[in-house]
Amino acid sequence: MSSAADTSKNYLNHEKGLWSWLTTVDHKRIGIMYMITVLLFFAIGGAFAMLIRLELFAPGGTFEAQVYNQFMTFHGAIMVFMVIIPGIPAFLGNFVLPLHLGAKDVAFPKVNLMSWYCLIVGAIISFISLFYHGADTGWTFYTPYSIQTDNGTILLVLGAFVMGFSSILTGVNFVATTHRLRCKGMGFFQMPLFVWGLYSTAILQVIATPVLGITLLLLAAEKIMGIGFFDPKLGGDPVLFQHFFWFYSHPAVYIMILPAMGIISELITAFSRKVIFGYKAIAFSSVGIAAVSFFVWGHHMFVSGQSELAGVIFSFLTMLVGVPTAIKTFNWVATMYKGSIQFQSPMLYALGFLFLFTIGGVTGIMLATMAMDVHFHDTYFVVAHFHYVMVGGTLMAIMGGIYYWFPKMFGKMYSELGAQLSFVLIFVGFNVTFFPQFILGAKGMPRRYHDYPEAFSFLNSVSSIGSWTIGLGFIVALIVIIHGLLKGAKAPDNPWGAKTLEWQTTSPPPHENFYTDPVVTGGPYEYR
Amino acid sequence: MAGHHQLNFKVLRNTLFALLSLTILTVLVAKPVSGFDAGMFNFVIAMGIASLKAGLVLAYFMQLKDDNKLYLGLMISCVFFLLLFFGLSFIDIISRAPVDSTL
Repeated sequence: MSSAADTSKNYLNHEKGLWSWLTTVDHKRIGIMYMITVLLFFAIGGAFAMLIRLELFAPGGTFEAQVYNQFMTFHGAIMVFMVIIPGIPAFLGNFVLPLHLGAKDVAFPKVNLMSWYCLIVGAIISFISLFYHGADTGWTFYTPYSIQTDNGTILLVLGAFVMGFSSILTGVNFVATTHRLRCKGMGFFQMPLFVWGLYSTAILQVIATPVLGITLLLLAAEKIMGIGFFDPKLGGDPVLFQHFFWFYSHPAVYIMILPAMGIISELITAFSRKVIFGYKAIAFSSVGIAAVSFFVWGHHMFVSGQSELAGVIFSFLTMLVGVPTAIKTFNWVATMYKGSIQFQSPMLYALGFLFLFTIGGVTGIMLATMAMDVHFHDTYFVVAHFHYVMVGGTLMAIMGGIYYWFPKMFGKMYSELGAQLSFVLIFVGFNVTFFPQFILGAKGMPRRYHDYPEAFSFLNSVSSIGSWTIGLGFIVALIVIIHGLLKGAKAPDNPWGAKTLEWQTTSPPPHENFYTDPVVTGGPYEYR
Repeated sequence: MAGHHQLNFKVLRNTLFALLSLTILTVLVAKPVSGFDAGMFNFVIAMGIASLKAGLVLAYFMQLKDDNKLYLGLMISCVFFLLLFFGLSFIDIISRAPVDSTL
């Protein structure tokens, strides 16, 4: 049993000094290192977003078209490869997964640390490309332009390739951890739903990410050695690049959203004080979404020159994703029904997720319909759609998760009022930014252009003002977190009265997570 | 280690001989070497032999034949997703309108 002296020691003060952090194999410390790096990258990617919206605030040029293309490329590449993909699995997943399972660490702790270094090395290579002319292809690196442009595409591609290893290593680790390190009494159906989300994500990371690596290597081989994979002049097929790219990058959308859905399951059940409705349906729908995500990549290519037959098949298959996604959404709403809902900041973010992700999902069905996509393709409608999914979905879940597990991570509480203020600013700012873009897109405003006709001016100005409101909201959130770290009240072990295992240990947890090995005797959400 | 299967030397040796034999067969059925030409089936024959060799490596060298069926399932699912990628991409490539089409 633990003594008072034991509980004063935790993973934060178990070892001291910068070197102890840089060489740590403790999943919690690696999770915190991911948090710091992801937040830093988010600030950089967010700064590029602000510059994009500054350019688009009014017609006419503030920046040159080429510079705008570089802003757009780096905003996309940073947010996708450095923020949203590692954001939940590598940061929150690393911290929470072993705690959720009642384990002392992940299955391969040293591989876990290596995955962080892969992210850092890949990110450094990518940022070098920023100063070496700057890549301007967009984050999708579409051929044939990416083969022809002389700018820093190769370095950015190489950086994304290295970061892919980070994702694969995390996926391998999480699959092995989930299979091998569950505590006594915990079968697959006693696992928290966040674990189901991470597990499904990990399978995607392991299966899909190597395809991105191969694609980027083929692109580099063509660009450096002139081997004709994608360039028609060399006998290649540019549409084949899109097949390769989206075979990874559409499942990558689910790498981003599946763990977010796992967090939302945790938040809704904890703050409704009610057992989750349809546990198995939610768990299996995570696996179902992961599986179906591999069948649908061609919906990104309806106007690429892809055949009509392939387009019809992909259009039909894409609709299937809506089924397991809707199952989750209905079950979350049913969980809240007659629950004792507490509107604390993590729950506000969960409700924000439900509202925004539903809009993103429904507009996704519109875009999956081939006849509509021909009209909407490459317009701001698409930009609005995927931001409602990526930001309205994933980022809302990350923020909710940070506030939910903050007391466990640092043993401190944050200002609830400040957290709620940041939520209101982000939520309102988000809708002011992106809802007008649905209208702009429907009216035909193309994406990726640095200028536009006067007719689009008003809605673009509104959108830019909204983006600054989001920026203010995140600054408030950062202040709340820093204030909580420095001056927050001591957190109890279980401030939310939640039932999963991480709340049964101290805040912050000890080096090996639990003082005695946990034994599970029931489900993860036995509220009432 | 506990839980690991004993490596049977005879099985591994026979597998090695089978792989070497199939490699020789691959060379023998190559047109530039033997003059053997099955036309459009050249590719099918070459890929068939290669797939058989891959199957032997998976079953005996990687011990998937006698190991936990979960690992076999994971392997099969990887092959399935690879075939899915090839299959759906080829549906596009073979059904595209010709370049000089007026569509």
